[in-house]
Amino acid sequence: MTSAERLEQVKNAVLPVLAGHFGSDTFSITEHRNELSVTVPRERLLEVADVLKNTPSLHFDMLKDVCAVDWNRRKQRFELIYNFWSLDFNYRLRVKCFTEEKAPHVDSLVPLYGSANWYEREAYDMHGIIFDGHPDLRRMYMPEDFLDPVSGEPLYPLRKDFPMMGIPGSLPLPERKP
Amino acid sequence: MNPNTTSTLERVFDARQRKILGKIIDKDTTITLEGRDPLENTMVLNMGPQHPATHGVLRVLLRLDGETVEKCVPELGYLHRGYEKIAEGMTYHEFLPHTDRLDYMSPMSNNVAMAMTVEKAAGIEVPPRAVWIRTMISELARISSHLMAMGAMAMDVGAITMLLWTFREREKLYDIFEKICGARFTTSYARIGGVATEFTPDVIPMIRKFIDEFPANLRDFEGLVNRNRIFIQRAAGVGVVTREQAIDLGLTGACLRGSGVPHDLRRDEPYLLYDELDFNVITYSDGDCLARYLTRGDEMKESVKIVLQLLGKIPEGPIMADGMHNVLPQKQEIYTKMEELIHDFMVINFGTMPEKGEVYHAIEAPKGELGFYLVSDGTGHPWRLKIRSPSFCNLQALVPMCEGAMISDVVAVIGSIDPVMGEADK
Repeated sequence: MTSAERLEQVKNAVLPVLAGHFGSDTFSITEHRNELSVTVPRERLLEVADVLKNTPSLHFDMLKDVCAVDWNRRKQRFELIYNFWSLDFNYRLRVKCFTEEKAPHVDSLVPLYGSANWYEREAYDMHGIIFDGHPDLRRMYMPEDFLDPVSGEPLYPLRKDFPMMGIPGSLPLPERKP
Repeated sequence: MNPNTTSTLERVFDARQRKILGKIIDKDTTITLEGRDPLENTMVLNMGPQHPATHGVLRVLLRLDGETVEKCVPELGYLHRGYEKIAEGMTYHEFLPHTDRLDYMSPMSNNVAMAMTVEKAAGIEVPPRAVWIRTMISELARISSHLMAMGAMAMDVGAITMLLWTFREREKLYDIFEKICGARFTTSYARIGGVATEFTPDVIPMIRKFIDEFPANLRDFEGLVNRNRIFIQRAAGVGVVTREQAIDLGLTGACLRGSGVPHDLRRDEPYLLYDELDFNVITYSDGDCLARYLTRGDEMKESVKIVLQLLGKIPEGPIMADGMHNVLPQKQEIYTKMEELIHDFMVINFGTMPEKGEVYHAIEAPKGELGFYLVSDGTGHPWRLKIRSPSFCNLQALVPMCEGAMISDVVAVIGSIDPVMGEADK
């Protein structure tokens, strides 16, 4: 099966179901290189994931990845991408939503997919997205005291305003003996 | 020497049943002292980051009641080098060598995954000879990674001979890799649009010789531990993760197939030549350490089958695509032709420029699904490159696998997950 046929299959399966549940004007679709992405409003994300998981004709039972992108703009700065996989039908689908810089809150998908736990912790660590309802929202890689040495604010290294070379003094180092 | 004889199966089944029954009995007879525990017998043990059985720098915090693990909290980040941030500041060609350092047990397949992602984003067609070479080196990388996993897990539970034997075979594979690309560990062999160099004439005979000898050696390895009572006691019934849990936790690779889910991207979302090849997707239904170990052993046999099929149809032709604006030209052309020199200058300085948009491409790496999510803004640098690394996702299962097990089972469980911290920490 070519990737174009695969795309047609996923579209025919997913889009009618989503339109039936949420109306066709709540979400938008993008296609690039035969891959389908569905953009949904942030408030409906949990409902959409619930429908994707529990509709028998789709049955997206695996959440393979959660990824955040910083678009470095005033409105809708952060984009979250959820990568679903259906074991029964071998469908892959990306669901996206946007969130604002001031209050980057998104509902956590941990109640539906256990795998979201670490993925969301990573997105929190790297971009500072707050996942509401996450049971254990800690930093994944960076130390908990990874703070700006001047302002004392937490730093999120994959944001575009974080310099590539790092911020001197942000990582506490052991004292140097003379 | 066949491990599937009835008596062996019965013995494995017995061992499992005893473990499971023992767990139930233990649960029923636990005496809880509720705060007036005279011995205060829960203690917190810090395992790692410097521990030989954690395969690198994994740190696991364990709350122990006697020898039983009550709670397990893995801490990652001791090898975090920020590759996703580094990628945003360099061209795609410059990032390729960094993918070697992700899963350093199978650098060849990482190179292939990254190159294929950029090719998908830029719409580059790869010539058949390069596709064939990529399939071949991915399978050899799978064998070398599984050999390491097999030996390391056996060593973790006490069978040190196994590690030395598997290292010997792995060494032969690294000799082949050295012949192919000049490096043993950090290969950087795949290029955007093809592969770096043509095979020298002695590579194919070397591969053929290795593949001819390998099944007999693999039988020896299996004869060493597969029916060993101690090994079975240490691995069977330990670290059980059920089918539903495995799907919920998003496991991929041998961890998922060891729990009885036949999901393999080589078959479910074929890339390279895999839709033309005949191979089985190995599954074991028990979901314990032994099942994951056996899955890897059988997968190597399937890889041998694939390599033998590949050796039967070697295509001829170029090894690099002919897309001047995105692909590095051949060296001899750069030295002799003006236009190629200009293109080489442009590609080196400004890089491959995929059009705006985002792509995700995943391959079945030895550890599981290795995917790159690439957001391009039309320039030579990625706007965002997300690495979906299988070890990171598989390590999540450490918590349900370890809780309730004995402390000595933790090393067996880590060995059977086979994480590589370079990849888990990115």
